[in-house]
Amino acid sequence: MLTVLLAIGILVLLSLIFGAILGYANVRFHVEGDPIVDQIDALLPQTQCGQCGHPGCRPYAEAIANGEAINHCPPGGQSTIQALADLLDVEAVPLDGDHGTESAKRVAVIREDECIGCTKCIQACPVDAILGAAKQMHTVIADECTGCDLCVEPCPVDCIDMVEIGVTAKTWSWDKPQGIAATSLDIIATDRQAEVAH
Amino acid sequence: MRTEKPQTAKVFSFHGGIHPPENKAQSLQLPLGKPSLPSELILPLGQHIGQSSRPLVKVGDKVLKGETIAINNGFLSSFLHAPTSGTITAIEERLIAHPSGLSDLCIVLTPDGNETWTDLEPLNNWQDISKTDVLAYLSEMGIVGMGGAGFPTQVKLQGAHKNPLTHFIINAAECEPYITADDMLIREKTLELVAGIEILQHLVEAENVIIGIEDNKPTAIAALKTVLTQRNSDIQLAVVPTKYPSGGEKQLIQLLTGKEVPSGQYPADIGVLCQNVGTCVAIHDAITQGKPLISRFTTLTGDALKSPQNVEVLFGTPVAHLLEYADYESKKLSRLIMGGPMMGYTLDSAAVPIVKTSNCILAASKKELPAPAPEQACIRCGMCEQACPASLLPQQLLWFSKSQEFEKAEHHNLFDCIECGACSYVCPSSIPLVQYYRHSKSSIREAREANVKADLAKQRFEARKARQDAEAAEKEAKRLARQKATTNKATDAKKAAPAKATPTAAAAPATNDESKKLKVDIAIGKSKLKKLQKQLLEAQENEHVEEISNLQLQVTDQEKAIAALEEQLAKTPSAAPAAPAANTEKATPAPVSDELKKAKVDVALIGVKLKKLQKQLVETPDDQELKDKIAAFEADLKAAQDIVSKLSSNAQSSTNATAAEPKAVMSDELKKLKIDAAIAKAAVKKVEKALKKAEEIKAPEADAIRQQLKEAQQRADELEKALANPETAAPKAAPEKAAPTAENTDAEAAKKRKIDLAIAKAGIKKAEKNIQLLKDQGKEESEIEASEWPKKLIEAQQKLAALEAEEGAPAPVEKTAEPVANSEAKAEPEMDLATQIKKEKVAVALAKAQINKLNKRLESTPEEAESIKQEIAATEQRLQSAEALLEKLIHSQTNMQENR
Ligand code: SF4
Ligand code: SF4
Ligand code: SF4
Ligand code: SF4
Repeated sequence: MLTVLLAIGILVLLSLIFGAILGYANVRFHVEGDPIVDQIDALLPQTQCGQCGHPGCRPYAEAIANGEAINHCPPGGQSTIQALADLLDVEAVPLDGDHGTESAKRVAVIREDECIGCTKCIQACPVDAILGAAKQMHTVIADECTGCDLCVEPCPVDCIDMVEIGVTAKTWSWDKPQGIAATSLDIIATDRQAEVAH
Repeated sequence: MRTEKPQTAKVFSFHGGIHPPENKAQSLQLPLGKPSLPSELILPLGQHIGQSSRPLVKVGDKVLKGETIAINNGFLSSFLHAPTSGTITAIEERLIAHPSGLSDLCIVLTPDGNETWTDLEPLNNWQDISKTDVLAYLSEMGIVGMGGAGFPTQVKLQGAHKNPLTHFIINAAECEPYITADDMLIREKTLELVAGIEILQHLVEAENVIIGIEDNKPTAIAALKTVLTQRNSDIQLAVVPTKYPSGGEKQLIQLLTGKEVPSGQYPADIGVLCQNVGTCVAIHDAITQGKPLISRFTTLTGDALKSPQNVEVLFGTPVAHLLEYADYESKKLSRLIMGGPMMGYTLDSAAVPIVKTSNCILAASKKELPAPAPEQACIRCGMCEQACPASLLPQQLLWFSKSQEFEKAEHHNLFDCIECGACSYVCPSSIPLVQYYRHSKSSIREAREANVKADLAKQRFEARKARQDAEAAEKEAKRLARQKATTNKATDAKKAAPAKATPTAAAAPATNDESKKLKVDIAIGKSKLKKLQKQLLEAQENEHVEEISNLQLQVTDQEKAIAALEEQLAKTPSAAPAAPAANTEKATPAPVSDELKKAKVDVALIGVKLKKLQKQLVETPDDQELKDKIAAFEADLKAAQDIVSKLSSNAQSSTNATAAEPKAVMSDELKKLKIDAAIAKAAVKKVEKALKKAEEIKAPEADAIRQQLKEAQQRADELEKALANPETAAPKAAPEKAAPTAENTDAEAAKKRKIDLAIAKAGIKKAEKNIQLLKDQGKEESEIEASEWPKKLIEAQQKLAALEAEEGAPAPVEKTAEPVANSEAKAEPEMDLATQIKKEKVAVALAKAQINKLNKRLESTPEEAESIKQEIAATEQRLQSAEALLEKLIHSQTNMQENR
């Protein structure tokens, strides 16, 4: 009898101890925020253009976490949809054309002599990439511009252009070879034939 | 063997490698050549890894040979020097030697043929001064790694100090077929090379200094041995067997030290430093002769050249010039390659210049470099794996690259691939493996950069949001404070205004009994309130705290009572609405100043009360009643402030009492603005309601609505401001002295109107978007109706129409104001003219832009063609008149200037 009681007592004691440890761990190592939203947000292009119908990328990330379709972000395009599909383990669908189409990367450029300094574009820019002051000429910091288009519409004198970022020698990248049965002129070690001829 | 000759080092081996035909003999038949000066030298600003240099010269500048023409731009960057004396003829985009075939910014130098050197200042005391200074000097001499990608040497040397150096390796292997430039350099400049190595050894203080050279360069090896023995140097010479790619940095390190550089690390991490022979010679020339890096040894070879040879060539020399020098046969030339056949790239144009890293120009004939066979499927033969000097699994990498599984490719150490081409060389399926790797690498790099940019954008976006929230909170707090003040004022003002307004209003139209009674009640209540307020004022002046709070309570009660009465009054059908009352006030200017005083007192009082309530609110933040009260007060306060501003403007106009018409114009405009303000306020209320509802049911749209609320409030605020402005503006315009300010305020009003317009448009867009969204979400029509968006849309459209109609109006106002300014404000006529011209220009630009926009709209929405056309016509008229005015103004300006 005593052994039974002892056993029960020990077990109770143990469960209490482990319970306390687990409880403490839960509090101590509590994860803040919503990790899935963060993960989704990390995949979105952060252009903050609102084409998805949300006021920025994070709200769309939240919406996706709540079940919205993953194909509403034109700047991200197919690659973002693919990444989201991988993350959420759903099927990758084509981009929803209602929200816009994927286009080449662009930056806003202000035709500076036409700017009347109304500051509207500053207010519209989601990433503070426009510099200027009231009644002064404004300019876009090209490096910070996400190409979201949001400053174009408010400009009362239509002096903002969206200019495609051309490829420079620094940003250029190699094309993918065309694949089987294609002849690549840039094949390396093309002197192999010479060796055969030897 | 090692023991006999202490200067020969032990040689290990590395995995893989291939033995392609060497083809080195061709270019060694002739001695070192010296091509003539070309007609122009093209010097790209980005000849090295890192930031492009910044040009120091302007077009037209005369430079001497060796003069600095561009300086470094940041840490990882380099200097650039004039290779000969001459004139800078352009700084522009030119084709550069790059696999992309793109252009980049270049300094173009036209030689004068004199080769006049600038003053050379050798660093003779390099042994005595600090090493940092020597490194800085090397940087200023434009020295970069001449073997590989052009890594700035001083940066590499600095990095070498991370760990104590066990080995300092000089790379003379030159393993790639065809290239003999280093071989020739060693033969020609043996002494300089050894002296350069000694300088470097002084700088890095390595335990072992080893020259690694392939055994296919017997002449160079012999020359080196002679010099080393002569100088009794402890530099070791390691002759490695010929195998491609023994000249790869990591491979040579493995050959000479037996140590492998771990994946993702640099040689410096394991205590090894590698330098190319060309770099060593350049360092020697820079330090002992003060000569900056302006030329290099380059191999010109290939079947298409009749006299293949090595040349010492100035940077910037166009490849075409060198081809001519080496007698190329254009018929034979099938591919022009910069670099060797394994790691080089095809040039699209011979106009590109030689840069610091160009070691070879290969003008290959068709027979020499035939078109590669078409790619076939990988047969998993494993030959590429055997050949890979980096011990990678090329077929695995190919698989991942083809399927764009970049993450997996990275896990298989894609970035350890040195792009040597050994795998492509052995692949029986002729797969351009390196192409695939290069593509994958650049895709990964691009994605990384995009990620960095996205992070930055996110940071900035979040920072902006935080700032905006803080601003909004501050504004909200201020608004609350103001509202508190206004409520008090408003109630007072209400008492005050109707007290005076009603008699006149009541006199004219027949009011029914009920409203009369109510009015009487109100009047009584107000007089009581007035008394109380007077007491309160006194108390405030004497700072009797208890009394104040007491009295304030009473005042509030009284106010409530009056408010209730007034509400009732408003409900009675024939009650005089506020606007007519205001009009009548204007009509009878006499009592204005009295009223004004009172209204002002009221505003002050309400402010005090509001503050108190807010204090209470802070203490008991959950008290809903209190909040409601505050809100009520705020509304009242606004109303009171309105009245004050109205009254004050009236007072001004009546004291100035000169022009009757401005008032008329004003009242018209005023009315419109008031309507706008009222609409805006209504919108605010509606949105607030929606917000409450949304919050109740925890709808996800709550956030969006809240934002809208903010916007709506902003709109309302702005309209109110506008309401206050034209009133003050118009009366000021009448008296002569105030003309310039009138202009300003006019401009401001116009601006505000524009802002309103844009906001209204945005409102429409948003409403439309939201409706669309609801539809997209599959909501029923009725639900959409319930969401109030359609209503909002209609409202916004109306407002837009009103605003657009109004926008036509300001032009004449401005015009009337300007002539006044012209004829009478002669204080600074020219300045005024200038500003006016500017303003008119803006107006013209605006009108033009609007026409553009309208035209666009016309195209997209033909249904609305009629109204749009009308708008266009109106805008065009405006444009014309603005242009006419502008012309006049400019004319008068020129006249004035001529008169002087
Ligand atoms: S559409 Fe624009 S705002 Fe929306 S997720 Fe994509 S980039 Fe961000
Ligand atoms: S919106 Fe247009 S006019 Fe206004 S500041 Fe920006 S660029 Fe200038
Ligand atoms: S190119 Fe890359 S994968 Fe191919 S053999 Fe060379 S190092 Fe290995
Ligand atoms: S050598 Fe070519 S065919 Fe053979 S395994 Fe490698 S990639 Fe495949």
